[in-house]
Amino acid sequence: MGASADNGLKIVVVGGFGVGKTTLVRSVSEIRPLNTEETMTKAGEAVDDISEVRGKSATTVAFDFGRITLDARNVLYLFGAPGQERFWFLWDRLFSGTLGAVVLVDTRRIGDSWYAIDRLEHHGTPFIVACNDFGGSAHAPQQIREALDLDPHVPLLDCDARSRASVKQVLITLVEHVKSSYGTQGPARLQVPVPHQELAL
Amino acid sequence: MSRPGRDDSPDRLYTLTGGRTRSAPDNPFDLVTLVVAECDPVTGMQSEHAAILRLTEHPTAVVELAAELKLPVSITKILLSDLLAAGRVSARHPRGAVSDPDVLEQVLVGLRNL
Repeated sequence: MGASADNGLKIVVVGGFGVGKTTLVRSVSEIRPLNTEETMTKAGEAVDDISEVRGKSATTVAFDFGRITLDARNVLYLFGAPGQERFWFLWDRLFSGTLGAVVLVDTRRIGDSWYAIDRLEHHGTPFIVACNDFGGSAHAPQQIREALDLDPHVPLLDCDARSRASVKQVLITLVEHVKSSYGTQGPARLQVPVPHQELAL
Repeated sequence: MSRPGRDDSPDRLYTLTGGRTRSAPDNPFDLVTLVVAECDPVTGMQSEHAAILRLTEHPTAVVELAAELKLPVSITKILLSDLLAAGRVSARHPRGAVSDPDVLEQVLVGLRNL
């Protein structure tokens, strides 16, 4: 990263266990994906819904990330986040202010993605859906769209998380979608995600 | 791969931050805030502070510092607030809204050039 870098941006890759999030991040990252974690203690109880984890005094989530230096000023971080329901109250905080999200889907386990899509829609975070190619029988895009109950304007594409070119195309598709979301609908129609007690971290 | 913080005793983390478990409400750091050292490490400085100053010779994001220090993000932010208050680091906060068409265009150009 250059000495003049001054703008950090983030994109989140959400998906079920083993769907290829870390592989995807590794394919385009200029560093070996790093792993870190965040803990939330009881201090956050008043502001976060911890009904899923009642009885626990602290919760820890781990996440992987990689880095892409876009130009002299902009550096993009890609975060891989497990999509399980119980973690979402933490993702809301960790990833507020994100540019957009990629929902990575294994078409053999489509149900793993329902909750993540629901939450992204709820928060108004722009997202696209990328189906990682595991070499199984190909599903027609329309079938997948129906199975995910996906809004017609949300882009859906196939990808190979191991391929740098393929992942690059996924990210370009996302940013183009983000750009057109803000451009044509105007910021008024698009819900701006509420910064969810980010400062309490 | 061992995870940062996982095998540390809570006592150690508690000591690192002088007993604080969360940042002040005005903590300005985001995961991707870029941090730059404004001075060199000096003798007698807390070792984590010295490590941060070495890592931030070039702009480095908060999340990378947490990973390198093997500390949870929240603890890293507390250490950074101390350094910021002492003028030993500066922070470059994410610029404007992510809906800014100019920023999005710069991201697209950067991605296409990968």
